[in-house]
Amino acid sequence: MSGKNDEKVRTIPFVRQGKKLTVGEIPEITAYEAGFLTVTNASWRTETPVCDRNRCNGCLNCYLYCPEGCVYRDGKTGKIDIDYDFCKGCGICAKLCRKGAIIMEKHGK
Amino acid sequence: MRTFISGNEALAHGIRLARPHVISAYPITPQTTVVEHLSSMCSAGKLTAEFVHVESEHSALSCAIGASATGARTFTATSSQGLLYMAECLHYAAGGRFPVVMMNANRSTALPWNIYGDQRDSMGLLDQGWIQLYVENAQEALDMSLVAYRVAEDSRVLTPFMINMDGFVLTHTYEVVDIPDQELADRFLPSYVTDNRFDFDSPKSMAFSVGPEQNFRFKFREHQAMNRAKKVIAEAEKSFAEVFGRQYTGLVENYRCDDAEYVIVTIGSVSGLVRSVVDELRRDGVAAGLLKIRYMRPFPDAEIAEILRGVKAVGVLEKDISFGYEGTVFTNVNSALQVAGLSVRTSNFIGGLGGADISREQIRDIFQSLESDGRRLNFLGINREEYDD
Repeated sequence: MSGKNDEKVRTIPFVRQGKKLTVGEIPEITAYEAGFLTVTNASWRTETPVCDRNRCNGCLNCYLYCPEGCVYRDGKTGKIDIDYDFCKGCGICAKLCRKGAIIMEKHGK
Repeated sequence: MRTFISGNEALAHGIRLARPHVISAYPITPQTTVVEHLSSMCSAGKLTAEFVHVESEHSALSCAIGASATGARTFTATSSQGLLYMAECLHYAAGGRFPVVMMNANRSTALPWNIYGDQRDSMGLLDQGWIQLYVENAQEALDMSLVAYRVAEDSRVLTPFMINMDGFVLTHTYEVVDIPDQELADRFLPSYVTDNRFDFDSPKSMAFSVGPEQNFRFKFREHQAMNRAKKVIAEAEKSFAEVFGRQYTGLVENYRCDDAEYVIVTIGSVSGLVRSVVDELRRDGVAAGLLKIRYMRPFPDAEIAEILRGVKAVGVLEKDISFGYEGTVFTNVNSALQVAGLSVRTSNFIGGLGGADISREQIRDIFQSLESDGRRLNFLGINREEYDD
């Protein structure tokens, strides 16, 4: 199971890393990377979506429907990756992926 | 082009000139013909916008918010109960910083059922984080449609904008209105560019959660942005005057208040009648004045206090009531005076509820009552012996 996000720490500098924000660092808008300004929130996941990058064509349909906003694009390949710190394992992405690229892996007993 | 049209149609032309990408609306009561006109413009090819008929006002605003979250310029319109049905979504638009522009036809709220004009619908929603403007005539409705987008979409503001028009008195009556050329509108209003959108190059989480530790800081920023709108409104109106040759008066209008002893504070269409009575009284030697509040949010506290400094007595005339206390405009005006350290005698006059007419004679009576110590809270047309207290 590929549960790691290699680039996760790249630009998410705040709560996940335990940093305090000043008011000036608060954005004017509510669009940012997944989990911005919240603590990690994934312990209720019983299944994990795993993306087969050979099948993913980067259409981002999963991004549009992900209720947690935790799908992002891998800058190098243009394909999707999932931020497992915030994925709740709902499986919507797997359900509507037209390429069948996302498979829900059940967690071990 | 000068033409004779209804207030609804005037506002629709203003929105057309702003070139929105998406218009969403629930077309049934209590909707006005604003969206009908826009729909006709779309089908006639005079406006290139996605017109979405939805199943409720809640959905109308949700749709506008969703469209705004793709970077689109959006518009919706409603009135009274429809606005109230949107209440949940009003917060989403404001907190999400989506600069939706909405026209609200100020109409009374149930029960008893009534579709005539008063301002209890929007006054009950002052705290939802929307800029609230009240216009006085059809030309202003058209012009402010363009100003609304310019202010709401300004990167310093990013706050949704509600244009309030008195139901029936403004929306359904006809006036001569100057409809400007598209070329002028384009010169005045830049296109909307934002990072606050679904972005396929760099996908982001939209409308995210924020835990308790940081959440209130977002609310603090929202408050700051609303206050910054005061300056941006002034800039936008200055630019509007340069492009279109029509000058508006900012957050408030000071009509003959500079040497006035008695001032009536108004909001919306009744201002025209009060202005006319002020002129009559001035001819009779009474030092009367009118202070019209154009924006209820952001609230022009300093501007109001400055104008009312040195006045003997102030009457606040408004078409709403916060049951169990007084009119909301009155509360806000008193707060502004208190903050400025002014002790001006003030009293409140509630009129026009459920579309009740406010007469010239009643305005004259208000001015007369300001000259003596009267009741603090008065309902126009209710006799003294009918009050319990």
